[in-house]
This record gives sequence, C-alpha cells and structure tokens, in this order.
Amino acid sequence: MPQVTLMVNGKQATAEVEARTLLVELLREKLGLTGTHIGCDTSQCGACVVHLNGRSIKSCSILAVQAEGADVLTIEGLAAPDGTLHPMQEMFREHHALQCGFCTPGMVMSAIDLVQTHPEGMSETEIRESLDGNICRCTGYHNIVKAIAAAWPLMQGESAQAAAE
Amino acid sequence: MGHEGIGASVKRREDYRFLSGRGRYTDDINRPRQTHAAFRRSDVAHGRIRGIGTEAAKAMPGVIAIFTGADFAAEAIGGLPCGWQVHSKDGSPMAEPAHPVLAQGKLRFVGDAVAMVIAETREQARDAAEAIELDIEALPAVADLRAAMAEGAPLVHDDVPGNLCFDWHIGDAAAVDAAFSGAHRVAKIDLVNNRLVPNAMEPRAAIGEFDRASGDYTLYTTSQNPHVIRLLMGAFVLHIPEHKLRVVAPDVGGGFGSKIFHYAEEAAVTWASAKVNRPVKWTCERGEAFITDAHGRDHVSHAELALAEDGRFLALRVKTAANMGAYLSTFAPSVPTYLSATLLAGVYTTPAIYAEVRAYFTNTVPVDAYRGAGRPEATFLLERLVDVAARELGMDRIAIRRRNFIPADAYPYQTPVALQYDSGNHEATLARGMEIAGWAGFEARRAEAKARGRLRGIGISTYLEACGIAPSKVAGALGARAGLYEVANIRVHPTGSVTVFTGTHSHGQSHETTFAQLVSEQLGVPVDQVEVVHGDTARIPFGMGTYGSRSLAVGGSAMVKAMDKIISKGKKIAAHLMEASAEDIEFADGKFTVAGTDKSKAFAEIALTAYVPHNYPIEELEPGLEETAFYDPKNFTFPGGCHICEVEIDPETGLVAIIGFTAVDDIGRVINPMVVEGQVQGGIAQGIGQALLEQAVYDEAGQFLSGSLMDYAMPHADDLPDIVVGTESTLCTHNPLGVKGVGEVGAIGSPPAVINAVVDALRDYGVTHVDMPATPQKIWRIIQAGAPRMAAE
Repeated sequence: MPQVTLMVNGKQATAEVEARTLLVELLREKLGLTGTHIGCDTSQCGACVVHLNGRSIKSCSILAVQAEGADVLTIEGLAAPDGTLHPMQEMFREHHALQCGFCTPGMVMSAIDLVQTHPEGMSETEIRESLDGNICRCTGYHNIVKAIAAAWPLMQGESAQAAAE
Repeated sequence: MGHEGIGASVKRREDYRFLSGRGRYTDDINRPRQTHAAFRRSDVAHGRIRGIGTEAAKAMPGVIAIFTGADFAAEAIGGLPCGWQVHSKDGSPMAEPAHPVLAQGKLRFVGDAVAMVIAETREQARDAAEAIELDIEALPAVADLRAAMAEGAPLVHDDVPGNLCFDWHIGDAAAVDAAFSGAHRVAKIDLVNNRLVPNAMEPRAAIGEFDRASGDYTLYTTSQNPHVIRLLMGAFVLHIPEHKLRVVAPDVGGGFGSKIFHYAEEAAVTWASAKVNRPVKWTCERGEAFITDAHGRDHVSHAELALAEDGRFLALRVKTAANMGAYLSTFAPSVPTYLSATLLAGVYTTPAIYAEVRAYFTNTVPVDAYRGAGRPEATFLLERLVDVAARELGMDRIAIRRRNFIPADAYPYQTPVALQYDSGNHEATLARGMEIAGWAGFEARRAEAKARGRLRGIGISTYLEACGIAPSKVAGALGARAGLYEVANIRVHPTGSVTVFTGTHSHGQSHETTFAQLVSEQLGVPVDQVEVVHGDTARIPFGMGTYGSRSLAVGGSAMVKAMDKIISKGKKIAAHLMEASAEDIEFADGKFTVAGTDKSKAFAEIALTAYVPHNYPIEELEPGLEETAFYDPKNFTFPGGCHICEVEIDPETGLVAIIGFTAVDDIGRVINPMVVEGQVQGGIAQGIGQALLEQAVYDEAGQFLSGSLMDYAMPHADDLPDIVVGTESTLCTHNPLGVKGVGEVGAIGSPPAVINAVVDALRDYGVTHVDMPATPQKIWRIIQAGAPRMAAE
C-alpha cells in the first residue's frame, strides 16, 4: 500500500493508504480527525472543505497520495492552543450561524479562505454567491452571511496586527 | 452575569464542540474490532427475485459474511412495523403489507435492499456488494399516483387491490353539500404538493454491537428518537428485550423528520453484529440516501370552497390522493390524514368541511413525515384556494382573509374537523407582518419594477398549525400505536448543579442551551451549572424524542413538572432548617425564604442538606434531590402567523427572484429569541426550496432521476433572501410555559406565500395557479403562452 506523509495542523503525519483513498478518508479514518465531514458523494456539499497549502479545497476531490508533502489545515487546527476560537469560529457562534453543526467545519474553512482572498471585503450578495460550494440545510444561510461579514474586519485586524509584530 | 433565563438570547453551549470539530456524529464513532456493512440494492423499480448469486462476492478479499432476505426469514425476524393505523370510511383497517428488513420474493423500489455484505473495510464491503449477481425478472412498475390509481395498474403488493392503502374521510359531507347548493360562487383548485427529499446534511449511519458475554446489544444510530427505535426494533423486529438493547443517538446532523423512522439498516446491522460477533458499521452515501431516506409530501388534491356574496367561506370540500411509496414507513399513514386534513379550517371560521384522502402504494421510496408533515400540504391548499376565491369574487386578498378570521375573542375555537384551537390572534400577526413588509406601498414598487421590465408580485399566507401531537388517549383512538407524552428527570447534585435527562433529542434545535435556560429560570441556577443529557436509552428515561415541534411544549412541560417536585421537596427541607412550616416557605431566584422574614436558604444549601442529611427531617422525607415527571399534553399547541413574500420575475428567463420575505409568527412564549429566529429562517429556507427549487422526480419506469445533489436542487445561499422574522405571543393556555413550538412554522407558512406572490406577479397572464416548484422553465412557458393573448386583447 502506498504511504503518504504530510503536515496536518502543524504536525507531521504518515499513513498507509490505498491508492483510491481520498484525502477526507485519510483525515477521518487514518488520522482520527473526524471534524471534517462527508455529506455527499459528488463534491457538491462542501462539508469536507479543508485548507491545502493555504487554499480551501474539497478534501473529497483529491486522493490522499496527491497530498504528499502538503500542508493541511483542518477545523481542529483553527483554534489557538489555549482553546481560543479563531475570529470566524467566534462570529459563527456570535451570530448563531450553525444549528446541527454538520456543514459547519466546511463552511468555516470556506469562509476563512473567502476573507483571506478578498481583503477588500464583499457585499452580502457577493458572500452569498461565493458560498455556492457549501450547502447548509438548517440555517437558511441568513446568519452564516452575517457571521462572515462580521468576521471580515476582525480577521483583517488580526493580519494587520501580525504584520506589525 | 446578565439575564440568562427565559427570553434571553443566550449563545449556544453546543457551538464550541461543533465549531472546533469535536462533535460526535455516528460516523465519527469507531468500535474495536469493527466490521463494515454495505447493501446491494435494487436497480429496478419492480421485480421478482429469481436468484441472488453470492459465491463470487463471498470469495472477495476481506468479506466476512453475506446475508439475504432468506437469512432473516429463516429466523422469523419481523418486518418493520408501522406506528399508525388508519381506518377507511367503511371501518376496515388500512392495508399493511409486510416490510421485510431485506427483500423477500419481490423488489418494490429502486433502492430496496436485497443483500448485506459484511467485510473488514468499507471499500471491501462495497466492492463485494457490487459483485453480487442478481437475477431479477423485471415487472411493470407504478411510478406515481396517477399510475397507481389507473384501471388495471400493476400491483405493488399482490394482496393489495388497486394499490389502495386506505380510503379515509373526515367531516360532515351532508352539511358541506347543503352549503354548496346555496353558495353564491365556488372557488376551485387542482394542485400538487411536490415530492421532496429531506436531505439532512449528515447521511444516516448505524453501528450494531453485540456483547456475547452479557448478551447486550448496542445500536448507535442517526435518530431523532432513540427510545422509539429501541421499542420498534427490539419488540417487533429482532425480539430483543429492552433491558438488553441500548440505542444511542449521539450528535445528529439534522433530521427534519427523516430520522424519526425505524429503517431496515438499523435492524440489519444490529442483527448481524451477533452473527459475526463483531461490531458492524454502515454509513450511507448521499446517492444511497436519495433512494432510501423516506421522502416527503407527494399529494395531489382537488379542493372547492363555497362562498357567500360578501366573501364568507360557507364550506370546504377536499379530495386528496397521497403517495405512500412502496411500503408504509413508520408514521406515513398519519401524515395526509390526522396531521393534514384536520388543519383544513386554518385560521378561518368555515362552518362545514369534508375531506377525503385515498392513500396508494407505488414503486417508489416510502414517503413519510418531512418538516411540517401534513400541515404544509393543508396550508398550501387552503392559502392558495383563498387567493383563488378572492379573485373569483373580485375581493382584496387581505379583506377576504379578515372577513373569515377566527376572532381573537372566539377562542377556544372548535373546528369542524376535530381540532379545538386554544388560542391565537390572527389580526395581530397580519397587521404586524403587513407593516414590516410594507404591504401598503407595494403597488408603487410593482410600477417601478414594470418600468424596468420586471414582473413584481406580493403574496401572503395567514396560517395556523398543530404541534406537540396529543393527548395520548386521543391519538390512540385515532390510530397511533405510541404514547405521545414526554419525560424529564432532573438530578440536583449535592453542590447545587443540575443534570437534566430529557426524552427529547436535539439535532440542531439547540436544546442544550434553551433547556438549560429553562432550568436556570425555574431553579435560579446559573446556565453553566446545568447539563442537558439526551439521546441515550441507557441514560435517559423512556421518552418519545423530537418531531412535530414538540420538544419544548411537551418535553419542556415535563421538565417544569419535575422541577415543581424539586421545589416542593426543597421547601420541606428549608422549613426544617429554618424551623418554619413548609407552607410558609417561598421559592424565588434560587432562594427558599420564610415568607415575611429575611430568613432564607440558598438552593445549593438545600441540595447539600438533601445529600448530607445530618440535620434533616429523615422520618418524613427521603434523602436526595432528584425527580422524574412524565407529561401528557391536554391538547395540541397551535402556532400560527403571517408570511409575506415579494418576488420579481424576469420575463425573458422566467427566473423568480425573492426580493423580500417577512414572517411574523405567534409561537407562544419565547425562551431564546436568537434560536427562535434561526429556526424560523431555516424552516422558511426549506419552504422556499419546495416552492421554487426542489422536486423528487421518477420516470415512468420508476427510475429515480433526481438522485444526487447535482440533480436535486437544494437551496444554496444565493437562492435565498434575507429573512425578516418577528414574533407575537399569545400564550398556549394548557401547558405550564405557554409555549407552542417553532421548528416547523417556517416550512408550513412559507410555500403558499411564495406561490401567491408568483401568481400575483403573473396576474396579467391569465393564470390562477402555478404548481411547485415554480422553476424558470415553468414560468417562462406561462409567459410565452400568455403573451400572445395579451397582445390580442
């Protein structure tokens, strides 16, 4: 069986996988990172979104072996070591942007990528259009859009602070 | 600490684990020595099994065992039971054909399970399932209601003539006929309530585990009601006594009704875990979910409303055909009957109503309750028909509703279709909704849109629905085979913190937060000192779970009852400590006080005394502070309200854009406004999905054409508008909290508001009705057909 070595949430991980094993299966079944979810089998729902080398990706849409040497960030790696939530997580909580929680990890990872790639900000209409790759059945998206809009200035502030330091 | 009891928008306590990836859903659970199951399913809608070749599959790598229907038949394993028996007009019970765990003899829908493979890995199980050789004699199928009802139609079940499950009715036919004969006008409508796929984002999953040493079974499953599953599966299917069967429903990723029912896979993995003596895990794929999760709706109706000249409703006559699918799912027969036709009075004083419902079997996935379950169907029919009546009479849509509203002072109100409503104020929700939505200024917006080449419309629905189905005695008389009470156990710990064990189940509803607020309010304990436990039959007392917006109205009432017992006992302990009479002790804000004095004891002190009873009335009172209460409601609760939708149609493309959506719902007392708003918005999103996007489609051969998220149009973020939510509170009069329920109002009130807006936008095109979903193609065709006539006029 092929072996794959990659960085996950800042730690090196090595696992034996089948050639057909998907990245999401590697994360969930071999590495025990069950925060990344599988909600469909056609790459529509976005519950499995993680960051691969800094960009969001549906982890059901690549093979585990393709992630060899990559740097992967999952929902489990977002909060600070002391448990303090990332601003996007915090705004999801503040604005009640989750109900059953199943789509939430993918939604949060997508939303962070959205802010990082659009430092100029987005209108609520643009946020809605940009969320096309993530499906939520509980919230009607209303509060998800509010949470993402609220996280924007917080994340910008954070990166400005990081640049100053 | 700010206010965190009833009425506070406390942030959710469940969020940290969900936001940090630490939720524990069924597929996240892995048991030592676990095996994996995969099912081989029928790819024909109707067929006779001639042979199942498993030899090659058995020889494949990792395969441990393969089971077929014959293995279940050999052990006389029962079929999946139906939880509600409807009787036909003539008094005969509904047709209730056997529903085997794995198919026996015949296959009855695409997705029907034929064989189960157990293997070392999921992939090995799936590979082997595909390798099973099926020899099937294909039979002609009935893929929809029209086919099932046709003369000489193929029979889904050989012993069910005409595919007719039951022929039921309610109301006074003679009174309705008499009213129609004297009517000024009659408004008529034919409509379809489109078939939907619930699509909770978490696919179903189940893990069966057997401990040979103790004889104990455990089932982890994606369920809204673990005790119901334990009862149905243990008592009727696998014959496992309940003390040897534990059912755990951990974090569940949405249900919307589809996870109420007892499914074949739950029984199959539990049974197989004893056969292979290892845990057996099955996780549904989305494509598999589309053809195995119970679908929703699928009614075809004709309705007529007799009208007086002044717009009063004189009588309503409804004829509905309901699709049951290939087998009766757990609560399927109750949906078009007792959960739908009993709502046909709506918010109106219609004095005579008669409804007939015929239910049919088809070669499709079983159909059962989906968010709203029967009430969206009744509401859509009625609120569309009222708009048609307004047009028939040339009356304003608001005026005709107001003319027929049940006045606020007429409550309690007995309808002609069994229900007695306890409270409501339809004028209040209507007036507030119209104000927020800017109803009065609409015509200016229509004109402005017209100048831009857009067709703008506004639609309204004023609705009422029934939640917290009850009481058990009445439901039993109507065919329910289950109790409809709820249970709560309140355990006060020695230092005064509290654990609540509830029979309800949270799969997105925020119970861990709102129930803690309720306890905080009643006992004066901070929210962070309250833990809410649900979803495990080994931990909670026998409760009925969560569906029909019942959790707070029924489950919350049980908690209040249990807390009343806690307070009553606490008063006796406090009286002893303060040398007073128990009658003189008052309890408020977490303190027991001797009335008229400043002598008091904190709740935590009383708790400690109960568990360390050194100075304690031990002769009269047992130590400890823990109480259980079962609450059987006296009646349904009746939330209602007003939903207003404003749309714009692009006549070039037929695309309907929702410009605004306003909902003002009367749900009784509100515990957490933030959670309530989220529930309403989510329900409306599903209602808009039904109205504009979603449709489960079978072809004539019974092949399922909308079987993936690429083919079935789930609402995405850019399909939906901002949703403005308001609440009004007239209190429920028969439960201790005055609460009514909020989980389903959004999905019930919204579809007719959307379609009424679409029809209003198309009012110049000669249409009085558009069936759901109002897709661009459907609208474009209407516009194309209507345009020439308009030009000729």
